Amino acid sequence: MKIKDKASNSDWTIIFICWIVSSVSTLGSLFFSEIMELPPCALCWYQRVFMFPLVIIFLIGLFPFDKSIIKYALPLALVGWGFAFYHYLLYSGFIPESIQPCSQGVSCSETYLDLFGFLTIPMLSLISFSTIIVLLFILKRRLSK
Amino acid sequence: MKKQFIVFISIVSLILLFVLGVNLYKSQRAKNYGFLAQENASTFVRDYSQSLGSDDAKVYLVKFSDPACETCAAFHPFVKKLMAVNQGKIKLVIRYAPFHDGADYFVKILEAAKRQGKYWETLDILYKTQRHWASHHNPQPQRIWKFLPSAGLDLEKIRIDMNDPEIGKIIQQDLADAKTLNVRKTPGFFVNGKPLPSFGYEQLQELVESEMRKYY
Repeated sequence: MKIKDKASNSDWTIIFICWIVSSVSTLGSLFFSEIMELPPCALCWYQRVFMFPLVIIFLIGLFPFDKSIIKYALPLALVGWGFAFYHYLLYSGFIPESIQPCSQGVSCSETYLDLFGFLTIPMLSLISFSTIIVLLFILKRRLSK
Repeated sequence: MKKQFIVFISIVSLILLFVLGVNLYKSQRAKNYGFLAQENASTFVRDYSQSLGSDDAKVYLVKFSDPACETCAAFHPFVKKLMAVNQGKIKLVIRYAPFHDGADYFVKILEAAKRQGKYWETLDILYKTQRHWASHHNPQPQRIWKFLPSAGLDLEKIRIDMNDPEIGKIIQQDLADAKTLNVRKTPGFFVNGKPLPSFGYEQLQELVESEMRKYY
């Protein structure tokens, strides 16, 4: 009984970490746009669309712990990851600029921020989505055992 | 119970961290601008920049504006009132940040009007009639010519002067300075080199008043 309790505690912690990651990402992106006044480009918006709701979804899944959270959160995270990966490729020049989707207003490939010389905003987004996806897959495996 | 506590603490600390970050960023930015204002006053005021008010004024209000921007037009009477209340203590400097499509056109008219000594009259007319020519859905720049005569301008001369490349250079320089000073939206205000902590009428008034208290 005690062992089982411990196991469910770790499961809860995994979702808790997911929630922290999505909250930090959400607040971070709001900081960039509202405080530093860096205008979000079209691709940034698509990533936001899939990141912001995760904060609420994960929070709901924590009380009480609900394993079906994976079913709801994983698709959002995967689509968001797709946009982030595409954005990252665009940013780092693997996809030529001529085929970028947003030409008017804010450029999706212009670098606005470079933290510590290598961390760009699309990279932060990619890291967040990747972390959430990996954690959710770990949880899925643990629960199916 | 314990879990709820952990999440509650996390929410509070995340929000606190965010607020702390905002304050840190803003104070850092204000410091940077202060440095810029001391070292590089010309970024804020160029020799050619149009200004209004006494040269003895100790409060310099720099406004990066766009003749086609609605908020700039809305702020125009407010700034004029602010200057009237504090007569002789504020110097208003107009810089250009024509971010709207085709707004260069109106800056050129304004600079051409300056050569006829009718700068402020023309600016008043531009802002007052803005809704007739600067609609976002259907901008009609040519309509401005209907309204210009009421500023007492020689329109033929305006049409010639506005194409002077010197005016183009002024716009380029102002845009470059706007970029240096991180002006991304109009109007962009600086009071003695300090940016508004957040945008709004009251914030502008407070910043002007706090500078006023320092010098008068």
